[in-house]
Amino acid sequence: MDTHALESPALRHHFDTAEQQKDASTLGMWIFLVTEIMFFGGLFAGYTVYRQLYPNVFAAASNELDILLGGVNTAVLIFSSFTMVLAVWSAQTGSRKGLMVNLVLTMLLGLVFLVIKGFEWHHKWVMHEIPGASFHWEGPNPGQAQLFFSLYFAMTGLHALHMVVGIGILSLLLYMAWRGRFSRDYYTPVDTAGLYWHFVDIIWIFLFPLLYLIGRHHHG
Amino acid sequence: MITATVEQKHYLNAEYGLKSWLLTTDHKRIGLLYLGTITFFFLLGGIFATLIRLELLTPPGDLTNSETYNKFFTLHGVIMVFFFLIPSIPATLGNFLIPMMVGARDLAFPKLNLLSWYLLLAGGLLSMWAMFAGGVDTGWTFYTPYSTTYSNTYVIATALGAFIAGFSSILTGLNFIVTIHRMRAPGLTWFRLPLFVWSHYAAALIMVLGTPVLAVTLVLVALERAFRIGIFDPALGGDPVLFQHLFWFYSHPAVYIMVLPGMGVISELVSTFSRRRVFGYGFVAFSSVAIAVYGFLVWGHHMFVSSQSVYASLVFSFLSFFVAIPSAIKVFNWTATLYKGSISYETPMLYAFGFIGLFTMGGLTGLFVATLGVDVHVHDTYFVVAHFHYIMVGGTLMAYLGGLHFWWPKMTGRMYPEGWAKLSALVIFLGFNLTFFPQFLLGYLGMPRRYHAYPDEFQVLHVLSTAGASVLAVGYLIPLVYLVWSLRYGKRATANPFGATGLEWKTSSPPPTYNFDVTPAVTHEAYDYRALAEEETEGVRVG
Ligand SMILES: [Cu+2]
Repeated sequence: MDTHALESPALRHHFDTAEQQKDASTLGMWIFLVTEIMFFGGLFAGYTVYRQLYPNVFAAASNELDILLGGVNTAVLIFSSFTMVLAVWSAQTGSRKGLMVNLVLTMLLGLVFLVIKGFEWHHKWVMHEIPGASFHWEGPNPGQAQLFFSLYFAMTGLHALHMVVGIGILSLLLYMAWRGRFSRDYYTPVDTAGLYWHFVDIIWIFLFPLLYLIGRHHHG
Repeated sequence: MITATVEQKHYLNAEYGLKSWLLTTDHKRIGLLYLGTITFFFLLGGIFATLIRLELLTPPGDLTNSETYNKFFTLHGVIMVFFFLIPSIPATLGNFLIPMMVGARDLAFPKLNLLSWYLLLAGGLLSMWAMFAGGVDTGWTFYTPYSTTYSNTYVIATALGAFIAGFSSILTGLNFIVTIHRMRAPGLTWFRLPLFVWSHYAAALIMVLGTPVLAVTLVLVALERAFRIGIFDPALGGDPVLFQHLFWFYSHPAVYIMVLPGMGVISELVSTFSRRRVFGYGFVAFSSVAIAVYGFLVWGHHMFVSSQSVYASLVFSFLSFFVAIPSAIKVFNWTATLYKGSISYETPMLYAFGFIGLFTMGGLTGLFVATLGVDVHVHDTYFVVAHFHYIMVGGTLMAYLGGLHFWWPKMTGRMYPEGWAKLSALVIFLGFNLTFFPQFLLGYLGMPRRYHAYPDEFQVLHVLSTAGASVLAVGYLIPLVYLVWSLRYGKRATANPFGATGLEWKTSSPPPTYNFDVTPAVTHEAYDYRALAEEETEGVRVG
């Protein structure tokens, strides 16, 4: 007898049960996040090496970052993780309205983060702290200071790119939720997208202290 | 009976037309798409190999100037590594076989699987565009600061091509891991899996853990080249050797992405054609995982002469020796499997013997170059070139061809012509050794790699190598002809023409779209030839 036909319509042909399908998606997302860790890991390794080589210039350069804006952004992202959890919980309990409201909130918080980040970058541009021909640094060893800002832009830039992708994914989920595609029995995409969103937050949780906080007391 | 065979539905005749291929999510069709794509890239990389060997026929640089020669070996390396060897066995045979071997209807994420093929294609096309626009001359290793500051060629486009192809590899690895974890048929425990699946699992771990590091490294090279951000530029306080660390953190394990799946193929072949369970199944299975893990700890052996600290070099040297242990476990276990087996010498088995011999030579000369003092002598010489060709061509390519012949009847429903196949296996083996063995001698005598001109005293060995390359080229072209020929004129294949034990042989050749009419249940260990014989006699009794 074909038990496949009795399962939910969201069950794809090559899975036997909805549970197997959900397990596979979740495991797939976890492995994807591991690849992301390795991707950012290369940058973290490079940053650690140069921080170790040039501690004074790196501390001085990191003092140029705006700790208030960085701190506000950290809070914004942590709060967005909370609304994401609420979105997953709403999906689990079958509340379509709750799901949509929380998805919108999460996306808005993500946008707030990006706007603040944009102001920070713009400030660096005004201050001639963008690596390249117009880079200008008063202190000693401008090359090393430029190295700090290169890493800063590479890391925060790639993180912001991940935020943009995340907002894209959430808008897709919002559309699916609006079309009534999710139910108490099927909300795997919300679950896996949640994992991704939390991961992107966690990357920031590492970036913030590394770039903004470490060595602030060195007034070099 | 004959009409029944003709009318039978299978994955190849389920749908027709270009769209049914370009939009397919069937892992078997995607496997064939990969097969066509990488065959194309193999031929393209082969053309550059031919040009290299032609230039080296005579001591002076008379065919091309040194700049063009640099482009030849770079394009040969980039194409062969990123667009042929890395996808070779996993993306074709692995894609086709893993779902069948675990008794599933498809990989866990069929659409991602299709996407990964498009990514390989896009990366390949981009690199080819760079090639026609003016080429690239950094070597496939993209070493800084040459690649970031001094080279006037299409570095960014080529690196971006490799970057995109990397994501193809990541998605393939992810798909394999999830499929092997979550989609095994009832009764198919981890220790009942064919060793092909184990070795692909280990290779998938490397794809997933290593490739992203290459990706970010190539991004940094592109940023450095485009904006001079300083990360690899000593003038700004950056360190070019950091590039080497990041690059080899991926690119050493990448050799195991190439060779582990090959080892999986060899385990299947050795068992099937000696009709014995692989000796020490558990050791062979875990040695794959051990190779994948150790492989991440040895990248520094590429930097013995790159100003790396002597103490770091000592540790990397020692750890590199350590990798020999799981590799040797495999070779000894295959040999023990042959002992008292009833061996038959069909084409795939000839390739398996070829693999074992050539891989052993490649592995043992790997110990030479892992030894600090010896490496100072042979570093950047033809000795290294010969060593890694014994692993990557003598190992991976032999396994790939052996596997392709072994599963050809399953994939196409047709038998290849045995006589021609044996002949070409022999030609390839002889041609390979004639090409690359002289290179060990050349390197030991001091011939550096990547030079288009050389002193007269090296000419005899270079002529031998070029002659071998011509033989090798003939050896590769013969299968290309008869495999295509067999699609139409080959004998029709039965479900299990070689009497092998895997689940993929329990379904028709070629298989139906969803692989099995009924999800198989597994009740015995892998390579259980007695159970297979019992099933067959029972089948006869019932039928
Ligand atoms: Cu290596």
